[in-house]
Amino acid sequence: MFIRLCKPVFMAFAVIGIAMIAAPEAQAAWELDMPLGVSTLSGEIRDLHRLILLICTIICVGVFGFAFYTMATCRRSQGAKASQFSHSTRAEIIWTVIPTIILIAMAIPSARTIIKIEDTSGTDMSIKITGYQWKWSYDYLNEDKFFYSTIDQDSYLASQRGSGIDPMDVENYLRNVDNAMVVPVNKKVRLLLTASDVIHSWWVPQLYVKKDANPGFVNETWFKATETGIYRGQCTELCGRGHGFMPIVVVVETEERYQEWLNGNLRWDAKQQEMVATNLNTAEQAGTLAAL
Amino acid sequence: MSDQHHDDHHMPTGLNRWVFTTNHKDIGTLYLIFSLSMFFLGGAMALIIRAELFQPGLQFVDPQFFNSMTTVHALLMVFGAVMPAFVGLANWLIPMMIGAPDMALPRMNNWSFWILPFAFSMLIITLFLPGGAPAGGWTLYPPLVMQTGDAFPFMVFAIHLMGASSIMGSINVIVTILNMRAPGMTLMKMPLFCWTWLITAYLLIAVMPVLAGAVTMLLTDRFFGTSFFNAAGGGDPVLFQHVFWFFGHPEVYIMILPAFGVVSQIIPTFSRKPLFGYSSMVYATASIAFLSFIVWAHHMFTTGMPIAGQLFFMLATMLIAIPTAVKIFNWLATMWKGELTFETPMLFSIAFVLLFTIGGFSGLMLAIAPADYQYHDTYFVVAHFHYVLVPGAVFSLMAATYYWLPKWTGHMYNEKVGKLHFWFSLVGINVLFFPQHFLGLAGMPRRIPDYPTQFADFNMISSIGAFIFGFSQLLFVWAIWTSVKGTEKASSEVWDGAKGLEWTLPSPAPYHSFETAPEIK
Repeated sequence: MFIRLCKPVFMAFAVIGIAMIAAPEAQAAWELDMPLGVSTLSGEIRDLHRLILLICTIICVGVFGFAFYTMATCRRSQGAKASQFSHSTRAEIIWTVIPTIILIAMAIPSARTIIKIEDTSGTDMSIKITGYQWKWSYDYLNEDKFFYSTIDQDSYLASQRGSGIDPMDVENYLRNVDNAMVVPVNKKVRLLLTASDVIHSWWVPQLYVKKDANPGFVNETWFKATETGIYRGQCTELCGRGHGFMPIVVVVETEERYQEWLNGNLRWDAKQQEMVATNLNTAEQAGTLAAL
Repeated sequence: MSDQHHDDHHMPTGLNRWVFTTNHKDIGTLYLIFSLSMFFLGGAMALIIRAELFQPGLQFVDPQFFNSMTTVHALLMVFGAVMPAFVGLANWLIPMMIGAPDMALPRMNNWSFWILPFAFSMLIITLFLPGGAPAGGWTLYPPLVMQTGDAFPFMVFAIHLMGASSIMGSINVIVTILNMRAPGMTLMKMPLFCWTWLITAYLLIAVMPVLAGAVTMLLTDRFFGTSFFNAAGGGDPVLFQHVFWFFGHPEVYIMILPAFGVVSQIIPTFSRKPLFGYSSMVYATASIAFLSFIVWAHHMFTTGMPIAGQLFFMLATMLIAIPTAVKIFNWLATMWKGELTFETPMLFSIAFVLLFTIGGFSGLMLAIAPADYQYHDTYFVVAHFHYVLVPGAVFSLMAATYYWLPKWTGHMYNEKVGKLHFWFSLVGINVLFFPQHFLGLAGMPRRIPDYPTQFADFNMISSIGAFIFGFSQLLFVWAIWTSVKGTEKASSEVWDGAKGLEWTLPSPAPYHSFETAPEIK
């Protein structure tokens, strides 16, 4: 009976498994794990996650394996007869001590990493980020730079009920903004987070940074990006009706291009989703920028 | 059934029987039926959520209503479905298991049940109030929760009533267990279900007032000018999170410890073996209960906690893995070298042990603070707590229903329907929640009504699983019906390996369980 009933279950999982493998790359994103990071600590955090996941998976396979072996062999239909043992001090000590040792082994690297995450000393620059219902603002301390960052027009229109626009046709749907936060590569950036109304949370998965923005208080965190590129995230603390619609875009640029952006010669173009020259009137300027 | 007895109790008939009942079985039945109806209502809300998330883009509901659905779904499932179901089981089973005629405080028992329909009516009518139902999440974090419309005081008072009901239920359980055990039934001879409920009852008494205090502070902040959680008045919104999770973490064990008790009754029966490591099970339960009080801030690693706090709460949380592992190993050792058969209660119990293991491991991963910075408030968390609550607590409730139903109704349920219910639930639940791990790791935040397109595929699979699981619960109702209206009489023992006092009573159990206390050797 049991074995017979197992079949459809395994079939169902097999079908799903095959569907996942066979799905065309272009339209499907079957991400199974954390994205590879681009910050100094991202590798360490991701490795820690994978280590713990690996240990858990191995133990889980052992537990499942033992359970299924027991179910296959110790069943009445196989003619099994019940023995009547009810305890074994030795076994119980073993399966208390071994998990304890594994936990200690997990705790040591975890503690080491958390200490590194909390080390906000020696930062090169600071950005004050404020969460609002439902947008972010970025204030570059010691620079003349302050701007709001809201969801881009294409995502906004497509996200309206009955808009008739297929979100699949919108590039980076719900993950694009009108004004992106720009930082230089290989600089330790300190983030000061706060909020003006309710609690928000600032998260960019590939930078491996998430911190709550609490109204009336300032939280501190940092990252140091090691690769230029465009990295996207979303608000991760329920903040009301527009919680799903306040994206984050961080553009990591070379120091020179970052300076150009600060000076107003470069800007984030939400349509093209890249950094473009502000003034393309003179070919000379365009040439200068291309040289950068 | 009562006419078989010398009738010195004057039982009202019809509706009044249920309104005025002080009988533990009647009240247990009321609790269980109430809980099942809340399970379906909360489940319908979950299906609205999953229908909206079937595809990217907003198809069916407004984001504000979506937030109301996530909030009310959680409140109904936690306070309306899982907790009352366990109180219903406690009512039905504890007197029968310890050899008592009834619960110790029968009138309070009636009251504690009849508060619930009022509490939940108050919560549910908020859906029709200006401003809609609460939409700040079941965690009620201020300042967001302050933006609730007219529903706000209804929500606060509904929670007060639910808490009062739970506290009364717990007092009854404690008094019954400590005072009404049959002669010879020492504490360490009690069935494990009684032990887990005794410990749960203490947890409830300890933390429900904390929740009541937290929501009362919200109420005074809103209406009476206090500033407990308002930074502009010198308060701190994070304070609420501390108080809430000081309630909230013991609360999750309130929902799982009685489930541990249930499977500790069922697995020995169908293994035809005594429970392995009874006393270590008791100590493990007590350790989990103790640890639940010192781990609350692991829900708050990203709020900006001092590093010492993060380290403490990370390490304390990891410790919980030890007693939990002991329990899993004990259940497996109970099955080992047994004589297993796989009736529906056993199938649900085995699924409980294995799938709870998955939920336990994802919990351990969440305890690791540096990694939690990535997992926090993503679908990984949603997958984690649904794995411990649905194939955990809910599966144990289904196992318990199938296991004791013949004792309650006097008739066997239809085993084919029960098995069908199990297999559909098992497949449905894994298709529903397993892909959510991947969504969370890939970066999908929780509580969003719409999502970036790279999450579309797993969301679609998850929604398909939700509809399989949701509609297969109709089989549960059918299976219960086959027992209620059944023809096949159940014997006293019902199951051939069943041990315990409740199986010495005829099926259905007499109105007053044990009129003379049985002797326990």
